[in-house]
Amino acid sequence: MSELTRSGRVVRALGARSIRQTFRRPQLLAPIVVFPTLLLAIQTGGAGASIELPGFPPVQSFLQFMLAGSMMQSMMLAGNSGGIAFAVDIEMGFTDRLFAAPIPRFAIVLGRLAGTAALGLFASLWFLAIGLIFGAHIEGGVPGALLAILLVTASALAVGGIGAAIALRTGSASVVQGLFPLVLVVLFLSSAFFPQELMIEPAKTIAEYNPLSFIVEGVREPIISGIDATHTLEAVAAILGIVVLGLVLSSRALRHRLRVG
Amino acid sequence: MAAIEVAGLERSFGEVLAVRGIDLRVAEGEIYGFLGPNGAGKTTTVRMLTTLLLPSGGRASVAGHDVVAEARRVRASIGVALQEAALDPLMTGRELIRLQATLQGLPPAAGRRRADALLERVDLAGAADRRVGGYSGGMKRRLDLAAALVHEPSVLFLDEPTTGLDPVSRKTIWEEVRALNEDGTTVFLTTQYLEEADQLADNVGIIDSGRIVAEGTPESLKDEIGDPHVELLISEGEAAEAERVCAEIGRLLPPKDGKRVLVEVENGAADIPRVVRALDEAGIAVESLELVRPTLDDVFVDKTGHHLEKEESEDGGEEPVPA
Repeated sequence: MSELTRSGRVVRALGARSIRQTFRRPQLLAPIVVFPTLLLAIQTGGAGASIELPGFPPVQSFLQFMLAGSMMQSMMLAGNSGGIAFAVDIEMGFTDRLFAAPIPRFAIVLGRLAGTAALGLFASLWFLAIGLIFGAHIEGGVPGALLAILLVTASALAVGGIGAAIALRTGSASVVQGLFPLVLVVLFLSSAFFPQELMIEPAKTIAEYNPLSFIVEGVREPIISGIDATHTLEAVAAILGIVVLGLVLSSRALRHRLRVG
Repeated sequence: MAAIEVAGLERSFGEVLAVRGIDLRVAEGEIYGFLGPNGAGKTTTVRMLTTLLLPSGGRASVAGHDVVAEARRVRASIGVALQEAALDPLMTGRELIRLQATLQGLPPAAGRRRADALLERVDLAGAADRRVGGYSGGMKRRLDLAAALVHEPSVLFLDEPTTGLDPVSRKTIWEEVRALNEDGTTVFLTTQYLEEADQLADNVGIIDSGRIVAEGTPESLKDEIGDPHVELLISEGEAAEAERVCAEIGRLLPPKDGKRVLVEVENGAADIPRVVRALDEAGIAVESLELVRPTLDDVFVDKTGHHLEKEESEDGGEEPVPA
């Protein structure tokens, strides 16, 4: 068996375990599904009329506008939950089992990220289904929906890398869990839940440079108007940036963990 | 070729030197008992030998491979069951063994077969599809042991495999370790239980404060301490006279209290009638008499000045934890 095939099997097995772990531990699944779904319901019900505001992008409904934000929220919380689960593995010594196996150590991190990416995929399908059930149009059609799914899945992998790096560096589930409010701050300081054009300073400027805004717009555009190359490329660039940051931080944290045990 | 060879191995955590230049050699097919109290450096040593922690100094090889330069090869040759069985409570026993088989590079069909065979071997076939969180301590240890055996390693590291287990579960693990050893597996076993080292190990290394203070077979270590002794419980007021009589038979040991007399006897049980006769002739009444052989705890006391098992109950200190 080649090294690549073997590593692929390990990544797949660890990814499958990570998904099972999330679905078997309600406290990991709830933030990914329940919280964003409730927020979507509350915001759509309570702020639906905001689409009439001058400067609001042309959309079919507030639900249609909000789908990308909910997917982003779910994806970010999937990344955070993945980090928590990884830290729990470190705390209970499960990662020692993995580190003591004859596999490339990056496969351990990739396995965790594969699981987080799968949860991102699940989140995008969940919210697209909710949108369609409650009457939202996907203007970009099937290709647009596929693009949104792809971007959410890839961004879950990217954000999961940051969560994994923090878990590896600290080895503490409570520290990773403590980042939950920060996740919300990053989300609310992006265009996830409100159009950038209608924000006031300094939130508007922060949202303008927040990489998450680029990803949100890349996911939103195929839903509210159709596939747009500029938005898509900006989203891909933002995702790649986060992937690189996650990889660098994870690799440094992995080295640190092996040094300190 | 030695299964494990260690020379001048060191590990520090900041200012704390947890392992202070230890040397040891474990022959192929041997059970090596690494005995010491909490915080002595046992787990730190095992983590270095299993490539989970980089040494600060010295060198070590396992199954002929250097633990730093050839870490992947070391990991392919060893099985590891660490302290506090590192099991995911949300997985089933079968899922865990199959995952371990994948980690060790077994093809899927072979992994499934091996998992079934191992679960049968450790008597967990009936519980294989239950989540590990519902297992008893003994079941978890057996599952952890099974996971460590999935790729038939040549060297098996067991870090305190029976700590916290009831006597029955402990015996089951011992039997399994013996059976593995009979099949040719080298076992490196850390323990804080004297009886465990005594029962299982071909050779014992005693570690205290990061240094190996004694090494040898359990029997040779106990022989170094001296002859067995007779412990006599004497009627009140006659202990001094009993000591005078016993001093003519063998060397007196420091008494535990004013009613007891401890005398070393060169020929063990064969000397008991002599002791009884001498005391009887002196008219001294003996309330009880016991022949006490040196234990590994006596070895530990001799080498370190303190008891191993007493420390365990009084001091729950652990090895330094990295920041």
